[in-house]
Amino acid sequence: MAVASITVSETPLVLYALRRADDALILGHRLSEWCGHAPMLEEDMALANMALDLLGQARELYSYAAKVEAKDNDEDRFAYLRDVRQYRNLLLVEQPNGDFARTIVRQFFYAAFADPYWRAMMSSTDATMAAIAAKSEKESAYHLRHSSEWLIRLGDGTDESQRRAQGAVDDLWSFTGEMFWVDGAERALIEAGVAVDPSSLRPRWLRTISDVMAQATLAMPKSEWMQHGGRSGRHSEHLGHLLSELQSLQRTFPGVTW
Amino acid sequence: MVIVTHSPSLSDRERRQRAWDVAAGVVDPEIPVLTIADLGVLREVAIRDGGVEVAITPTYSGCPAMNMIALEIELALEREGFGKPKVRTVLSPAWTTDWMSEEGRRKLREYGITPPEAASSRRALFGVEQVTCPQCGSGDTEVLSEFGSTSCKALWRCKSCREPFDYFKCH
Repeated sequence: MAVASITVSETPLVLYALRRADDALILGHRLSEWCGHAPMLEEDMALANMALDLLGQARELYSYAAKVEAKDNDEDRFAYLRDVRQYRNLLLVEQPNGDFARTIVRQFFYAAFADPYWRAMMSSTDATMAAIAAKSEKESAYHLRHSSEWLIRLGDGTDESQRRAQGAVDDLWSFTGEMFWVDGAERALIEAGVAVDPSSLRPRWLRTISDVMAQATLAMPKSEWMQHGGRSGRHSEHLGHLLSELQSLQRTFPGVTW
Repeated sequence: MVIVTHSPSLSDRERRQRAWDVAAGVVDPEIPVLTIADLGVLREVAIRDGGVEVAITPTYSGCPAMNMIALEIELALEREGFGKPKVRTVLSPAWTTDWMSEEGRRKLREYGITPPEAASSRRALFGVEQVTCPQCGSGDTEVLSEFGSTSCKALWRCKSCREPFDYFKCH
């Protein structure tokens, strides 16, 4: 027996919190897929730890979205009872893990954005968003350091690791533009000081990316064509498969608890 | 079964102090030598409408110990005769390792975990850290992994005594 998806009243602030929550949940879920499979024990712990940080951020953001929406929804209903088209995450974070290099590149692209993003959000006029940002900022700084160090090791490593890292950079590049995308709903929040204008973070992001890529002896992709859609629910086919695993228990046994 | 009830003659202030002492005795399930007061996780104990309300703050967003800590506080307070205590989580101001007590740092070291060494700042996150081995006291150590057995710890190794050890990350 399946259970119906919930409806969500996506006011600008609810939508804003859900988008960030979905980024964190989906990336955290992807990282958790490595648990027990990472190339070495230290990395198994690192990836699971980062997954846990992201899951924690997602829970806080979902809970806040539920509070703002003030309907019957809560963190679990947002995570388990929305269909793929209701998810609002970046296309980048739903991309499959692939090999270790691909996972690291995805993490690096996201963390290089999340780190300055959460730092800027600490000055949000919304007290809850600012509080969530203050915790997330420290965690993102660690994630950025971890993925930067690995990218340098892989890029400036063997021919094999260099080839794989460069391949992942080239393949994932077109998903990075979406991080800086803003729609009308977000524009209003930016003007109210609740949200940060992501385009103001782009020069800094680009500097981080080019510095680390230079150390990693990797080439910056030339392409400027960027893929969009995740923020409005148009996802790659990968997200549906991810959700079918993430949601299977609640969809099969509605309302089941420990 | 004996139900302990507090004499109604106790003032709210005295009850608050007793409730604080009870809550402060709850230990971190992942580092059982530390109490939540040592860690700085216990933020506030208040008497509201005759009931006890406790505020705690997570060390890391996803810290899985928080649910258990909240439950342990409720159980401990109920055991001591405080009916229906409430535990809420506060996020702001964000927890930092600077809130860990001196007593907490000493207990950590004796337990084999190096306490956070520098005052928390972004420099501490990215700077070259000098971390002392909790076993032999040598400063000749190296990081094995930025992430250790729990969210709050990193895995290090002493090059002097060759033992691996946990380092409570500066945060």
